[in-house]
Amino acid sequence: MTEEPRAPIVGSAVLRFAPHVRFRFDETRQAWVVLAPERLLLPDEQAVEILQLIDGERGVDSVIDELVRRYEAPREVIANDVVKMLQGLVDKKVLQV
Amino acid sequence: MTGVDPPLALLAELTHRCPLRCPYCSNPLELSRASAELDTSTWKRVFTQAAELGVLQVHFSGGEPLVRRDLAELVRHANEIGLYGNLITSGIHLDAARLKELVEAGLEHVQLSFQDADTVSGDRIAGLAGSQVAKRQVAHLVREAGLPLTVNAVVHRQNLDRLGEIIDLAVQLGADRLEVAHVQYYGWALRNRAALLPSRRQLDAATATVEAARTRLAGIMVIDYVVPDYYAHRPKACMGGWGRRFLNVSPAGKVLPCHAAETLPGFDFPSVNEASLREIWYGSPVFARFRGTDWMPEPCRSCERREIDWGGCRCQAFALTGDAGRTDPACALSPDHELLVGARGAAETAAPEFIYRQHSAIPPRVPAFVSPL
Repeated sequence: MTEEPRAPIVGSAVLRFAPHVRFRFDETRQAWVVLAPERLLLPDEQAVEILQLIDGERGVDSVIDELVRRYEAPREVIANDVVKMLQGLVDKKVLQV
Repeated sequence: MTGVDPPLALLAELTHRCPLRCPYCSNPLELSRASAELDTSTWKRVFTQAAELGVLQVHFSGGEPLVRRDLAELVRHANEIGLYGNLITSGIHLDAARLKELVEAGLEHVQLSFQDADTVSGDRIAGLAGSQVAKRQVAHLVREAGLPLTVNAVVHRQNLDRLGEIIDLAVQLGADRLEVAHVQYYGWALRNRAALLPSRRQLDAATATVEAARTRLAGIMVIDYVVPDYYAHRPKACMGGWGRRFLNVSPAGKVLPCHAAETLPGFDFPSVNEASLREIWYGSPVFARFRGTDWMPEPCRSCERREIDWGGCRCQAFALTGDAGRTDPACALSPDHELLVGARGAAETAAPEFIYRQHSAIPPRVPAFVSPL
């Protein structure tokens, strides 16, 4: 593998779950969970809503648009939160571009 | 039961057999023989019970899990019932055909151990000639098979100065993740502590190396790293707290709150042959013993971090003080903290020879007519 510079998320980026990362509903806990190598995430309600929009087709901008529409909140507030969360998950290799 | 959450993960120690002889092995000093190991159908039942209890991930571990010929069958079963399967391996004897079998069975991830970046030193620490070369080939096979790869490097005074090279090796092997794990001093490692405990200078240099690499490798490789107990001010939240998140099943079927718990005296650890995992998790006095905060002595009891570090590690408290119910001496607030401080002195003197792990002369407890797998 060659080292590539870190890619900051841009609005047009289409994200997907990395191979061998499972985002699924757990019946025991009645909650969504993310299963990944050496990681087990129990996302809160907001994070679940964002992750449900990660379908490998929708761009980051479109994810933000959808959330703005649902919450009727200022775009820059939502964009900031969403990009921060998604960048963190890309860095952790849970999501990939 | 109120207040007790279901466990998240199961560490399945399929065997204590291993081709390596690392002097810090996390297995107990008295290793189980092949003839004492749970059979295939019992392990499947354990996995089914684990999934029903709420376990999400299963770590196939050992010893070396690849010595179990039924490994793929166990991986397949775990996968079919929704468990996320992780193989924790030395990589020895893993070839393309065996890996293909495991991938087809639904394995999700491989954690591969490296003893050093230097081949000669790595083979010496592992106690097996040729091991480091074999591991490099295995790393390549794992990436070829499209599985995520974590390199696990156990570090100590005899390889810590090469941490930069270990990081470079992991990148070169295409690892998604590098786990830099300082030796934890129980069992074999406690016997070898004087040969393994790094000096303060080594540790500080290593920490700086990790911090620089994390910045350089952001988005390329994740590095997991925790400062070791012997130089920490606060203890680690061992297992995320006793009986809170993890179950461990030993090769012979004992159900433990952590892999080292059998070092603790006075416990009658339950067996998968006597009760279900659900009964054990919610009903066993062993799991209740150090769960939560009610058992805590001072200074833990009134500490604002009591639900962060959960009193640290019970096995370390016992190993160093003789009492598993005391505050982990790793905490600077512990009245026993001097025990750790004193041990650091040895890191400045010449390292003694390793005592390699080996099966003891004690005969197995099961009848000889039970054939090994």
